[in-house]
Amino acid sequence: MSRTQSRFWLILLLTILSLVISLPQEINLNPHLFGRSFNVHLVRPDLKLSLGSYDFSRSLDIKLGLDLAGGTRVTLDADMSSIAPENQADALDSAKEIITQRVDLFGISEPNIYSQQAGSAYQIIVELPGLDDPQAALELIGTTAQLEFLTPIYDQTSTESAQPELVDFQPSTLTGADLQKTTVDFDPNTGQPVISLQFSPSGTEKFAQLTKEYLGKPLAIALDRQPLTAPIVQSEITTGQAVISGDFTLEGAQLLSKQLNAGALPVPIKITSQNTITATLGADSINQSVRAGLIGLSVVVLFMIAYYGQLGLIASVGLFIYGLVTLSLYKLIPITLTLPGIAGFILSVGMAVDSNILIFERMKEEIRAGRAWPVALELGFGRAWDSIKDANIATLITAFILFNPLNWSFLPTSGPIRGFAITLALGILISLFTGIFVTRTLLRLFYHGPRSIKLFSSQS
Amino acid sequence: MNWLKYRFLYFFISLAVLLPGIYSLWRFGLNPSVEFTGGSLLEISLESPSPDQIKDLLSPTYSIHSLDHDSSTITLKLDPLTQSQADQIVSDLKTLDSQAKLISFTSVGPSVGGQLLTKALTAILIAALATLLYIAYSFRNLTFGFFAIIAMLHDTLILLGSYSLLGHFFGFQTDLLIVTAILTTLSFSVHDTIVVFDRIRELKNKTTSSLYALSNRAITETITRSLNNSLTIIFMLLSLALLGGDSIKHFTIALLIGAITGTYSSTFTAVPLLVTWDTIRRK
Repeated sequence: MSRTQSRFWLILLLTILSLVISLPQEINLNPHLFGRSFNVHLVRPDLKLSLGSYDFSRSLDIKLGLDLAGGTRVTLDADMSSIAPENQADALDSAKEIITQRVDLFGISEPNIYSQQAGSAYQIIVELPGLDDPQAALELIGTTAQLEFLTPIYDQTSTESAQPELVDFQPSTLTGADLQKTTVDFDPNTGQPVISLQFSPSGTEKFAQLTKEYLGKPLAIALDRQPLTAPIVQSEITTGQAVISGDFTLEGAQLLSKQLNAGALPVPIKITSQNTITATLGADSINQSVRAGLIGLSVVVLFMIAYYGQLGLIASVGLFIYGLVTLSLYKLIPITLTLPGIAGFILSVGMAVDSNILIFERMKEEIRAGRAWPVALELGFGRAWDSIKDANIATLITAFILFNPLNWSFLPTSGPIRGFAITLALGILISLFTGIFVTRTLLRLFYHGPRSIKLFSSQS
Repeated sequence: MNWLKYRFLYFFISLAVLLPGIYSLWRFGLNPSVEFTGGSLLEISLESPSPDQIKDLLSPTYSIHSLDHDSSTITLKLDPLTQSQADQIVSDLKTLDSQAKLISFTSVGPSVGGQLLTKALTAILIAALATLLYIAYSFRNLTFGFFAIIAMLHDTLILLGSYSLLGHFFGFQTDLLIVTAILTTLSFSVHDTIVVFDRIRELKNKTTSSLYALSNRAITETITRSLNNSLTIIFMLLSLALLGGDSIKHFTIALLIGAITGTYSSTFTAVPLLVTWDTIRRK
């Protein structure tokens, strides 16, 4: 088998593999053959690979960004004013962890949560795809749920009176961070829901200290600076257990318990920007846009065939393989597809077509110069390579800077611009492969020169 | 063919397109979206929007920056809101129109927008610089890189100018997607310019003709490819702009403008400038 032939089989294998990955997961076919109808139901299994300790599994569904699938994106600003500069990055990370836990508690599938530093601002960005009612989720994420235990302050000036006057409470060192876990229970006397707290070992120590110091005095429990309850300490508690009673509904108590379990945020956060797109808008625009994209591609294919004939047809096959490979990689990596991502893809399709056009124009020139077509074919590829290489490297440099792989804070670090950069870079790399390797192999095998030129080529 | 004979005509065409845009940028500026200015944007679908009634209903409570409407939706620009305030507005509107439904809601704090713009601009500048260095290295010649960048800036200015005009007359907003469109235009423009420059370089190594003659030949030899390539991208974008979803319409129009000017500038701005510079230098 010649090298070209083995390359052809490789391409065929790749195409079939990509086709399987690209097609929707379930296909129903009802063909009518010879008067009988068949019901074919094809289901592709999810991809699961295990290699030693490394597991690779993909659902093989294309991931759509919020602008296409609908959902909510929230940008939270962390207030670092009370954190020492060297601890700020850590505080942001743990705040992100806690928010991730909260979002997981809420049961949102495939949330996307990341932190970024923009100038002096520390931000956490939460993307919640396919969310219809963002209000509840926002409350859960946005609520700082800072649990504090407050100790009483007495009016020291009025020592003459027998009973010092309670003037205020002040935060103690015991906070929600000292909690091990919380559960919802019911008060055996009133039947009201209450929240049982179990402190961590260090929290138990602090709590024992507090109850000893403030025996017979009120100890207030506050959530986000709102006092919930201020029970009088009856005895020194060394077991590290406490109960918060208040005017809770069952749902309220469960939510609070979840929030407390998820931990207190190390820094106060506040929502600075928010973006909600309903799923219908996304679905409409993606259906229309996919159809428009297909029509556009068909026109491109027709144009290529009309202008370059058989060459154009082979290039279109190359383009088809390009599309399949790209879609497969989107699913395998996986890449979240957004509107800017689609722009990157369109641009890379353009550049893939461009590589072919460059090569064909070169081939035509070589043929005009009197060379036989197989020679013209190889020369065309060789000569066009310089331009293709330079043009694509320049574009790759741009994509690299926009993708900002090192997370430099002076460059865009997230969202749409990155989505654009990744599809553009990927598209260019695949187009180089299909434009040069695939199209060339197909041409060597199936293209036998334009008819008018064949007269010359038969001599060679 | 002597393309370069008409080079001052090409400069004139460029100026004829550039100047109204630059004037508009100076006079009207861009119409920035809330992503850059801070504020909130609500898109609400209604059965029969009546802007005056909506204004009357909302203006006591909220300061309305703008209110646009078409046959089935209104777009409100307000100060930054919370989700519950946005939901409140929709339920208020339900008293006017029971079909009122929130389609999209964006709220951006005032500080975020500025950072976003600065970062995007930094990225564009660094990308331009890196491209310049790459071309200078690959062509062993700084002038090639310089004029490729000039052509790229030409395209960016045309796109921004057009967007300023479209923003002023048709309410097109400059948002983050438009920044992406600018980036796409930059890549496309440089890509196209490199192909022509590459041909000039190749011919330079083969013959000893003047740069003027070489460039003419290079244009002749690459113009078919340049047009064909642009046509394929333009077909694609045109069908997306005409048939695609509403949310990408403005974006594809921006890309379309970029693709057209990107094609034009490679052949009719970058090369003529290179040749003109060469003639001046020789004198």
